[in-house]
Amino acid sequence: MLPEATGLLDPIVLARIQFAANITFHILFPTISIAMGWALLFFKLRFNATGEQKWLDAYGFWVKIFALTFALGVVTGITMSFQFGTNWPGFMKTVGNIAGPLLAYEVLTAFFLEATFLGIMLFGQKKVSNRIHTLATVLVAGGTTLSAFWIIVLNSWMQTPVGFEMINGQAHATDWLAIIFNPSMPYHLSHMLVASGLTVAFLLAGVSAFRWLKGQRDASIMASLKTGVFLAAALIPLQILIGDMHGINTLKHQPAKIAAIEGIWHTERGAPLTLFALPNAETQSNDYAIAIPKLASLILTHDLNGELQGISEFADHPPVAKVFWSFRVMVGVGMLMLLVSWLAAWQLRGGKTLSPMVCKLLIGMTFSGWVATVAGWYVTEIGRQPWLVYGVLKTSDAASNVGGGMILSTLIMYLTLYAFLLVSYISVVFYLAKKAGHPAQEQ
Amino acid sequence: MLSTIDLAYWLPVIFAGLMVVSMFAYVVLDGYDLGVGILLELETDTKEKDKMIASIGPFWDANETWLVLGVGLLLVAFPLAHGIILTALYLPVALMLLGLILRGVAFDFRVKARAHHQPLWNRLFFVGSLLATVSQGVMLGRYITGFAPGWGAWGFALLVGVSLAAAYALLGAGWLLMKSTGKLQQRAIVWAQGSLWIAILATVLVSVATPWISPRVFALWFSVPNVFLLAPVPLMTAILFAVIGFALPRLAQRQRNGNDNFCWIPFTATVGIVLLSFFGLVFSIFPHLVIDQLTIWQAASSPEALLIMFCGAAIVLPTIIGYTIYSYYVFWGKAGELSYE
Repeated sequence: MLPEATGLLDPIVLARIQFAANITFHILFPTISIAMGWALLFFKLRFNATGEQKWLDAYGFWVKIFALTFALGVVTGITMSFQFGTNWPGFMKTVGNIAGPLLAYEVLTAFFLEATFLGIMLFGQKKVSNRIHTLATVLVAGGTTLSAFWIIVLNSWMQTPVGFEMINGQAHATDWLAIIFNPSMPYHLSHMLVASGLTVAFLLAGVSAFRWLKGQRDASIMASLKTGVFLAAALIPLQILIGDMHGINTLKHQPAKIAAIEGIWHTERGAPLTLFALPNAETQSNDYAIAIPKLASLILTHDLNGELQGISEFADHPPVAKVFWSFRVMVGVGMLMLLVSWLAAWQLRGGKTLSPMVCKLLIGMTFSGWVATVAGWYVTEIGRQPWLVYGVLKTSDAASNVGGGMILSTLIMYLTLYAFLLVSYISVVFYLAKKAGHPAQEQ
Repeated sequence: MLSTIDLAYWLPVIFAGLMVVSMFAYVVLDGYDLGVGILLELETDTKEKDKMIASIGPFWDANETWLVLGVGLLLVAFPLAHGIILTALYLPVALMLLGLILRGVAFDFRVKARAHHQPLWNRLFFVGSLLATVSQGVMLGRYITGFAPGWGAWGFALLVGVSLAAAYALLGAGWLLMKSTGKLQQRAIVWAQGSLWIAILATVLVSVATPWISPRVFALWFSVPNVFLLAPVPLMTAILFAVIGFALPRLAQRQRNGNDNFCWIPFTATVGIVLLSFFGLVFSIFPHLVIDQLTIWQAASSPEALLIMFCGAAIVLPTIIGYTIYSYYVFWGKAGELSYE
């Protein structure tokens, strides 16, 4: 083990922090653009069907934010295609024969499609017929979703690898259908797509509530607000159901992750659901735990006295506290989403308007989808450690030999840049919202 | 039917070819984007700046995707080489990504941010374009010398970096010449003339320095009969440069009379020069991926992985090329104002 002092420059730790920072920053933007593409299509189809100006105005406002979000997703995504090689050369060396084709299919079937038709969708409204423009919108939304599909296929395969054989330390595919439809893929994919839907729902609702509270009364604001609120209210119960099924799937394939999520150190029957605790790796127990008896067993095994394996059973297990807390952040935000979206939906029923208090709640929740999504990804990615590909390749065996100093200096550069871009993005979103109320000042 | 041995030989060759094609597409397509970004600093009028960006707005995103495909092919078809090359190029790659990120987000921020922030984003658009370009040149320079250590090799890499900036500026000016009218078109001709001389000087310097720095390249190009067989490459490059140098003053003259026929000549000739440079580069390096270290066969993924990608690429690539052409057809002609309406 390295002493603490050199731990800071340990290339593996730094490579992980750098990759995590990049992928965390990247995922914020696809999370919005995947579902936003469909939301824009919805606005466009409503306009095509009703001819009401408010739907076209809603499209016009949100397409600006979509373009900005998309650009950020593209440029931060390019970073990933380089860092697979620079930070994790061992990954491609060991499982490149499987990861490679999946990534290639993502670039070929999705990236070009969305990027090319985005140009037509954004700037071609007067250059092509309305039908072609609608088609371009469909292709952009479809492209973002297809890209999510391929990358989730790869990630879920890393969680539950099947359909391959190892020859001389390299994975060779034996069954592509098994690889694509691996056991955890449907859960990962649906969980992520609904997460994207929720993120966009709260973005629509939050920004529209902001505009409403600023006194803007454009009909498109209420249309966006209602779309956001009712979408959120409908998706959140679905997401809770999918999350529960996902957990049961994980228990079957990665019991150590579940033990970390629930903070169960030693195998027990009738395990409690721990609401709050400070997991203590030294004593292998939870400090200051607040728990509901038997509930974890009930949720995961559908049996009050079901047995759940503890962390101590696994030689290789993830760091408990990080997984435990990321999970609680995700679920906590999810519960808030349920509460706020149903409250807002209740107020909006039958054509009524929102109270200022609920408007403020929605504004506060504008980017709540980001928090839940990132926390969820931390659960699933940190929960897979110390494996990079579960049971096949350890993270430490995939790291590169780039010097720690080099990684540290580029890491600082990336973090500074990302902080700057994040602040710029959020302030521009609200600035556009404010400016939309003063059409005279629009360019 | 081809045996496995044949596939193991041909698939890496095919994928190396695909990689070269995507890199070529990237250099030409994002080359004009980045070139326009570099020229942006020379234009002081905000409205004219808007026009310059309007000429690349609908395309830049898809253009940049060719880089993802090129690097992606290196990653997925030649994973061993991807690790070695990109680890050796760690710093210039990081700087290039910084440049591409700044340039990419500036597209949107420069029109959407508060008015008093917009000059900052215009400046970042230029800085990002220049940084990405020079970094790409440095990467190429480092790559050609086989990542040789020492000041000489780094100096050479920097020289390639500056050359690439001149080449992209020439592409960008040629692009603007085709896509603009009036005052901007006049300025594009001036910019093309300026960058042409730097590009010629840089091409000569790089062509002399490369065989000087690498004995292997020297032997390859200056042995008999290669020296005769390859003579058309520098000759045609010189002719194309001459064509641009000859055409520009005449285009300027005609443009003043409101006639811009043949405004496509400088851009097309520059693409020809890029093509010849690519040929020279590939000829010097093939079949190596990492010079004197790793051939395409040593670095390749397993044949079965390459085969499944090949099947996908064979169907999808023609489709991509098809709708890319469609998109250029939609935005054919002079660029109008960039608007979501």
